[in-house]
Amino acid sequence: MFELLGIPPQVLLGQLLLGLINGSFYAVLSLGLAVIFGLLNIINFAHGALYMMAAFVAWMLLEYLGIGYWPALILAPLIVGAFGVLLERTMLSRLYHLDHLYGLLLTFGLALIIQGLFRNYYGISGLPYQIPEALSGGRNLGFMFLPNYRAWVVVASILVCFGTWFMIEKTRLGAYLRAATENPTLVGAFGINVPLMIMLTYGFGVALAGFAGVLAAPIYSVNPNMGADLIIVVFAVVVIGGMGSIMGAILTGYMLGLVEGLTRVFYPEGSAVVIFVIMAIVLLIKPEGLFGRTA
Amino acid sequence: MERTAPQSTTDPTPDTPMAHQAGMPRLHKVIFAILLAFLIVLPFLVYPVFAMKVMCFALFAAAFNLLLGFGGLLSFGHAAYFGGASYVAAHAAKVWGLTPELAVLCGTLAAGVLGLAIGFLAIRRQGIYFAMVTLAFAQMVYFFSLQAPFTGGEDGIQSVPRGDLFGLIPLEDNVALYFFVLAVTFAGILFLYRIVHSPFGQVLKAIRENEPRAISLGYNVARYKLMVFVLSATFAGLAGALKSQVFQLSSLTDVHWAMSGEVVLMTLLGGMGTIFGPLVGAAIIVTMQNYLATFGAWVTIIQGVIFVIGVLLFREGIVGVISRWIKRPL
Amino acid sequence: MLKKLALSTAVGALAAGSALAQDIDVKLGVLNDRSGTYADLSGEGSAVATRMAVEDFGAAEKGMNVEVISADHQNKPDVGSNIARQWYDVDGVNAIVDVPTSSVALAVADITAEANGVLLDSGAGSTSLTRDQCQPTTVHWTYDTAALANGTGGAVTNAGGEKWFFLTADYAFGHSLEENTMAVVEENGGEVVGNVRHPFPSQDFSSFLLQAQGSGADVIGLANAGGDTVNAIKQASEFGITQAGQSLAALLMFVTDVHSLGTQTAQGLNLTEAFYWDQNDATREWSARFEEEMGSKPTMVHAGAYSATMAYLAAVEELGSAEDGRAVVAKMREMDIDDPLFGKVTVRGDGRAIHDMYLFEVKSPDESEGEWDLYNEISTISGEDAFLPMLDECDFSKS
Repeated sequence: MFELLGIPPQVLLGQLLLGLINGSFYAVLSLGLAVIFGLLNIINFAHGALYMMAAFVAWMLLEYLGIGYWPALILAPLIVGAFGVLLERTMLSRLYHLDHLYGLLLTFGLALIIQGLFRNYYGISGLPYQIPEALSGGRNLGFMFLPNYRAWVVVASILVCFGTWFMIEKTRLGAYLRAATENPTLVGAFGINVPLMIMLTYGFGVALAGFAGVLAAPIYSVNPNMGADLIIVVFAVVVIGGMGSIMGAILTGYMLGLVEGLTRVFYPEGSAVVIFVIMAIVLLIKPEGLFGRTA
Repeated sequence: MERTAPQSTTDPTPDTPMAHQAGMPRLHKVIFAILLAFLIVLPFLVYPVFAMKVMCFALFAAAFNLLLGFGGLLSFGHAAYFGGASYVAAHAAKVWGLTPELAVLCGTLAAGVLGLAIGFLAIRRQGIYFAMVTLAFAQMVYFFSLQAPFTGGEDGIQSVPRGDLFGLIPLEDNVALYFFVLAVTFAGILFLYRIVHSPFGQVLKAIRENEPRAISLGYNVARYKLMVFVLSATFAGLAGALKSQVFQLSSLTDVHWAMSGEVVLMTLLGGMGTIFGPLVGAAIIVTMQNYLATFGAWVTIIQGVIFVIGVLLFREGIVGVISRWIKRPL
Repeated sequence: MLKKLALSTAVGALAAGSALAQDIDVKLGVLNDRSGTYADLSGEGSAVATRMAVEDFGAAEKGMNVEVISADHQNKPDVGSNIARQWYDVDGVNAIVDVPTSSVALAVADITAEANGVLLDSGAGSTSLTRDQCQPTTVHWTYDTAALANGTGGAVTNAGGEKWFFLTADYAFGHSLEENTMAVVEENGGEVVGNVRHPFPSQDFSSFLLQAQGSGADVIGLANAGGDTVNAIKQASEFGITQAGQSLAALLMFVTDVHSLGTQTAQGLNLTEAFYWDQNDATREWSARFEEEMGSKPTMVHAGAYSATMAYLAAVEELGSAEDGRAVVAKMREMDIDDPLFGKVTVRGDGRAIHDMYLFEVKSPDESEGEWDLYNEISTISGEDAFLPMLDECDFSKS
């Protein structure tokens, strides 16, 4: 058996695969953030809290209404997305004429409230959520045993990410959206309801976070803190990819998952910090991000 | 879309000639005097450790306000300097056996050096990018603190001796330590006040309000930004170093990003760009945390609500509003 | 302030009015994790157990005014030491009970010694409490990492688990448990092939488990506790690690952890505890009363909070005052304690409570006759064998 720099290949491949799975979460979450930033110019600090909220919604649907994983995968993002629309209408829309920083501070406050409420009612020890029957078990890939559910996570995230990218970059609706961010007045003059579009976009971005939350529920225990530390990493992903760049957020998400996996093999202590190192370097050399269009 | 910088909408300071005069306006003198008198009797009214905590955070918020309110730069990583200094001071007092004033000095200097290194890189970026870079560096400091052997990881540095001030005056007693902390924080806040009202502060104001104009007037804007960044980091470090002596402990809480958020909250609540706002904000938040501690997560929720209300309705903060009412800068 | 003063005079007047021989005020603070990873195994349950002890001791009849308060230390040393300091300085607390999470316990132990209070530790595991950071005011009641290592570590190594890989929670408790178990493994002819430290608390163990799998060890030793252990065991089964032939050794597990994992996943695991509810009539009777209030069976931490409080109150009664923490602990060291839950207990010069420990095996689903019917007792480890010998410099009974 060959070894690479003293690392057995199955360990390397295994960690890379785990990195890809983590990267799937980063990609979906940072995609939502990038959509929101690209179209609303809001830094959504509440993204992690909304991701957590969707996991809880999935859990509640099962616990109180007996609604299982598959319907929850659609319902929970819709519910959380609707909640996002409510936030946008009542609060965020008042801040569009101000500096970006106020959006950041407002959503930071919202994140504290949402996390605090769930912590109060459910504690932080976490609630179990079963892997759906159809995806239990796993297969042996030779270098590692891959649980079916984790394979599904990768597939689902790729489908959602590229679906979103296609919608925004290749369809007429997406073209309106992009135009509306460039020049809202002009697009409004063409008879398109810009505030409605912005509202739905925020709802959609939040729903993406919700989707990631439901995907995560069976892997991590459903826990009020599950989004709190993740959000910082996802921010870094968006900044590295280029704020507002859809493809940038997606590719950077997967890429950083892999980089993290690699770091775990060669220098485990550094795995938590490697993303921030990359972010600092990128910002200093290419501040608009790897895939950013404008500075 | 027209965007207004946060400072110009929130800065209540009317451009009175008063600010340009040498010395302190009488109103400010009176407030400082009353504050000092109050702080001298305070340890006999409330638990001194609690009062010291308030003062440490007041200094921290004042230092942060120098950067945000007067420098116009929102850092989301000030916990790095606060917590970093707290670790260095704790280590100096415990392992090197330094006296409290030297340990605090070590911590403060370390924060200054850290601020210089991070600031040098961060000030090249503006707005959200600046906030993100500072956050990224603060996360690196956090993970360093988690893994470096001298910080004790999750355990933190515990049972830091309070020692003897100048090797002479024992600070074991809470009240004795209180007056040491009072002297240092009060001097620190006065010094920050002095900076704001110096020619240096005037240049900062010019940069904040119109950077291109300041550049065309021939100011080396980058140098000024770096200086204010380093000063802010240094005083944040002073606050953190003092805190480690008060609680005889420094831990990951001090370097976590939530701490960076907390200091933003204190400044925003009290009124950024005001002299007394951060002190008021710190006092309110720390008191709230102290008395609501038994309600668990409600503290977080209330903090979140204050954030939301502050951003939506009171962008001027408490002191900012008062200042507008009485039509005088505070 | 004023209200508090009025209240305390009222209580004082009441006590004076009842004209009892003794009039001792005792205030106990239960400090533990009430919202986090260790909330189920300590948390409110320890406060309930402490209050039960006050009642069963008959404090009121004996003229003792015992008040029990509680707080959440969130597993953070800074939060815990702030509360402890304030309790001693402002609220007049005489003893602090429970304090799981070794990093917090060590901070509280120092503050307790400074304030001359008493630390009745039930929840923490680090042996440092009675060794390199020993204090004359510390009583470490229920278990410690050395006892766990001697119990589970020894049993698993002797059963043929020779090559060990450790998955360790990265704080005082995990380090201590890892160190003690490594020593036991090597003593018994085993070998340690590697270790990895995970942040505390952690949600995702997959990459650590993968490292453990790649190490070629027979046994993956879980040097963590509570939710971390539960998550690690679940994910090990998700990644097919146990199915592939490696076994897990949960070095610290509580009955609540096994309950939440279920016997299907946990069956066959060895674990060491100081108490199990179904040991004898006394433990069953007490546990039933506890369950009535809490809705779950007690863990050994709950039982330890109860027993330690009983012993503490007995010492205070004999002394006639709770003011001098050092004197109370000295008195506890002199007493022969016969506890309904822990049996014969002596408190050693270093504050270590010496009592029997038990090695259990988790029942299979077929064997288990009820929700909480979880363990088979395998063997009893005498206190002398379970705990480390006393260090000379920590023997406070001499001075």
